Amino acid sequence: MNNKKRYLAFPYILWSAAFIIIPLLIVLYYGITDVDGAFTLDNIKLMFDPINLKALVYSLILSGISTIICLALAYPLAMILRNAQLKSSSFIIFIFILPMWMNFLLRTISWQTLLENNGVINTILTTMHLPKIHIINTPYAIILGMVYNFLPFMVLPIYNTLEKIDNNVINAARDLGANGYQTFTKIIFPLSMPGVISGITMVFVPSLTTFVISDLLGGGKVQLIGNVIEQEFKFKYDWNTGSGLSIVLMVFIIISMAFIAKYDKDMEGTNVW
Amino acid sequence: MVRKISRRAYLAIMLIFLYAPIVTLMVLSFNASKSRAKWGGFTLKWYKQLFSNQDILNALYTTLIIAFLSALIAVILGTMASIAMNSMKKKPRAILMAVTNIPMLNADIVTGISLMLLFIAMNLFFHTRIRLGFGTVLLAHISFNIPYVILSVMPKLRQINKNTYEAALDLGASPIYAFYKVILPEIFPGILSGFLLAFTMSLDDFTITYFTTGPGIDTLSTKIYTEVRKGIKPEIYALSTLMFVAVLVLLIIINRKSDVKEKA
Repeated sequence: MNNKKRYLAFPYILWSAAFIIIPLLIVLYYGITDVDGAFTLDNIKLMFDPINLKALVYSLILSGISTIICLALAYPLAMILRNAQLKSSSFIIFIFILPMWMNFLLRTISWQTLLENNGVINTILTTMHLPKIHIINTPYAIILGMVYNFLPFMVLPIYNTLEKIDNNVINAARDLGANGYQTFTKIIFPLSMPGVISGITMVFVPSLTTFVISDLLGGGKVQLIGNVIEQEFKFKYDWNTGSGLSIVLMVFIIISMAFIAKYDKDMEGTNVW
Repeated sequence: MVRKISRRAYLAIMLIFLYAPIVTLMVLSFNASKSRAKWGGFTLKWYKQLFSNQDILNALYTTLIIAFLSALIAVILGTMASIAMNSMKKKPRAILMAVTNIPMLNADIVTGISLMLLFIAMNLFFHTRIRLGFGTVLLAHISFNIPYVILSVMPKLRQINKNTYEAALDLGASPIYAFYKVILPEIFPGILSGFLLAFTMSLDDFTITYFTTGPGIDTLSTKIYTEVRKGIKPEIYALSTLMFVAVLVLLIIINRKSDVKEKA
């Protein structure tokens, strides 16, 4: 019987070969050839062109900062949600998935209205006699956009691993004399590591590669590596250069995946749904 | 006590952070001024105009059809794959799981351009006549939706006691009958959440659609993106508000029903 069951995977195996593996190989092919199809490494070397390199470094800095902020915001949130001891976790998924029914672009543009110099936030700040903030069309707004859009991908994996921790383990630590701080650093945090690592990659990768958030909140002044690649494909129609730069980007993605594979062997963290 | 209050306060602040842009958009849908920056008084005219704006309605139609079809096909392929993977040996299963994780962990922009290049390369090297448009967007959405289905269905499959299925076979049920009677009811919640998740992901996708669509075919996302520079039509805020409220109400009803079931 089991032998027969395995055939059910055939359509999916064919599908993933055709629409996951082969497309990535095609990117690789375009990345290491020139317009005439001859082998070259020039496309990849273009990443070290000052403009592209600046965009890459900038992307790494902004996505790094966003990831750290997400982690700092998400961990306490996940702890609070865990301690609330909800009967089912569907409520939590509900509050984080629901915003996706308001289009991603609209949600991001909405921050313009909130952040504008005479926008909602500044009006509130003024009535409270606090100084105004001027972050729209600056890198700060981009960081805010990244944190806003990708925070759920940090909260859900961390919550998921925290929720699996047996209360008896925590109680045992307390009985054996550990204080709150020790219980956290010796028991809770190490056990939540798979979720933390998954969360970090699931925030870092989309932040590193976005071109929409920088486009909508950076006022067109900030070029991230995602913007560079988008322009190669959509405006310059230079698939070879675009693919070459994507290959460099994929190196960072593969490093992130390797991290997950190392720390999250059972893919507990990514299994958030 | 202080701890409890500070916890509540933190939770409230995070919820405000998550939902402030959404509330803003809802308010803008009632704004008589076309500008996003100032309030021009309350109006319902965008809601009225929405239903005569053929462009937006077409984009909505395309978006919903693609979300529905891609979620449906992803559910079929993904559930079949999950059942097969569940009975596979450790190694082939690990390989297939790793492949499944690629679209989830890979950057949207890379997934998008890789699929776009696939369709272009097919035309160049095999002289097919694939045109970027509805079909290519649908294929792309199915591809990134399957992993969400597999990740929803697999945990449910693992929980099933294998003996019940075998008992059904021993008692004379055909494999298909046993599947419908024993396995399907157990994994159905996973299939349903996989479908809803896939539908939502398809609906909210911009990047992959942007690279795999062609002239003449717009989803709501690509439509909004082209309008960003010209100024977004307030009808879109009205439409988004309606969609959001519809889903909110639907989910509350589903939750209520499952609560009642749990109590009973």
